Amino acid sequence: MSGVRVLVGTRKGAFVLTSDGARKDWKVSGPHFPGWEMYHVKGSPVDPNRIYASQTSGWFGQVIQRSDDGGETWEPVNGDFTYATPTGDHLWYDGTPKPWGFTRVWHLEPSLTDPDTVLAGVEDAAMFRSTDGGQSWSELTGLRTHRTAEGWMPGAGGLGAHTILQDASNPGRIYTAISAAGVFRSDDDGATWEPRNQGLVSEGIPDGSAEVGHCVHRITMHPSRPETLYMQKHWDVMRSDDGGANWREISGNLPSDFGFPIDVHAHEPETVYVIPIVSDSEHFPPEGKLRVYRSRSGGDEWEPLTKGLPQENCFVNIFRDAMCVDQMDPCGIYFGTTGGQVYGSSDGGDTWQAIVHDLPSVYSVEVQTLP
Amino acid sequence: MTSAHTVRVVIPLHLRRLAQVDGEVQLEVAGNEAGEVTQRAILDALESKYPVLEGLTRDRVTKRRRPLVRFFACSEDLSNEDPDAPLPSAVADGTEPYLVVGSMAGG
Repeated sequence: MSGVRVLVGTRKGAFVLTSDGARKDWKVSGPHFPGWEMYHVKGSPVDPNRIYASQTSGWFGQVIQRSDDGGETWEPVNGDFTYATPTGDHLWYDGTPKPWGFTRVWHLEPSLTDPDTVLAGVEDAAMFRSTDGGQSWSELTGLRTHRTAEGWMPGAGGLGAHTILQDASNPGRIYTAISAAGVFRSDDDGATWEPRNQGLVSEGIPDGSAEVGHCVHRITMHPSRPETLYMQKHWDVMRSDDGGANWREISGNLPSDFGFPIDVHAHEPETVYVIPIVSDSEHFPPEGKLRVYRSRSGGDEWEPLTKGLPQENCFVNIFRDAMCVDQMDPCGIYFGTTGGQVYGSSDGGDTWQAIVHDLPSVYSVEVQTLP
Repeated sequence: MTSAHTVRVVIPLHLRRLAQVDGEVQLEVAGNEAGEVTQRAILDALESKYPVLEGLTRDRVTKRRRPLVRFFACSEDLSNEDPDAPLPSAVADGTEPYLVVGSMAGG
């Protein structure tokens, strides 16, 4: 493997950070799409030259960009995410019905096998698929029209379908997570969906163990163990060993079990990373110390990783799509902050360096391991 | 009987970049039955010439103006006018540009 390419989406543009296998010296390019909110930038796992980007603006709406040369040049493709069937209502914050309305693409998940196929999770919650490299999009209507959808209420950031996981061992199986509806799984390539929230307990809803209504912030899996899922919920870090059918808490000794991102080591399926945040009221690290927590036992027992990270006066947040791992050995880990730093570790989290210090607020960080 | 007009249109920086144009754009805009130019006809012509702009100034389906986009011409705010109302002749004859503006909001 020759190196890595880190794709960073920020509040004011996208940046591409590249390095060789040592991951010590970095080249920074950007901003691409300056002034636009770049919600997510992610490359195809089968063609590293193919990258998709969600470019969005409160003024002008949604654009999807595609690169076929590893982020050197970009082409706007189709940004039409018109819902395929008549839309109903979901719940608004005040409990009144609100008509479904498209706002933006939160997450782009390229296919594991075909560079022209990509899934898009959008707000208000729905999933779309393109099979022609983003030239056209078709809604997988079974998610938005789910029997529980009338009762979905947005999280503070909106009713977004923010996480999409594909099971490489079971091509028809897709997971998604919606704030604040919860986890849904499809076993028929997105045609139909079922909630997978048994075991989640949310004190902020009337029935804490309801079928839907949980503010799931992020889920992740290791491809070698697709039945095991890890979750960072609004509160609680959770684990499932049966494909989301049942969840149990693994927060253990974390200083706070509130946070947004969660990820798994590339080569150790029981090694998990989270970044604790004080609370839903205080979106910054406990004690002003930026600490990544690592569990090497699949949860419950966590150790702080601090070397190279600020340990005083740090009050940034890390968004749900802003942490990722590369496939190098040793495994690299990257995360971006609302303060515009992107930190990287080339030794599984033992030590960290700030790759960049002063970007706009970071929305997403994805990494490509280059052949 | 319809007539074609060459209309000058100014679009914001972000849309110019997407459309890969510098400065004003000139559009051939069809007049209505009375030979008048309307906002709808200008925006239709804009999206026809630059498909990448479809949906970025108005909703793709309803064609309603996006909330933070404004339309000006001849020192008038036309944002809330009937999109099928005739525009001033100075726009239709190219004396004055039609302005698509990102409203002042946000950071």
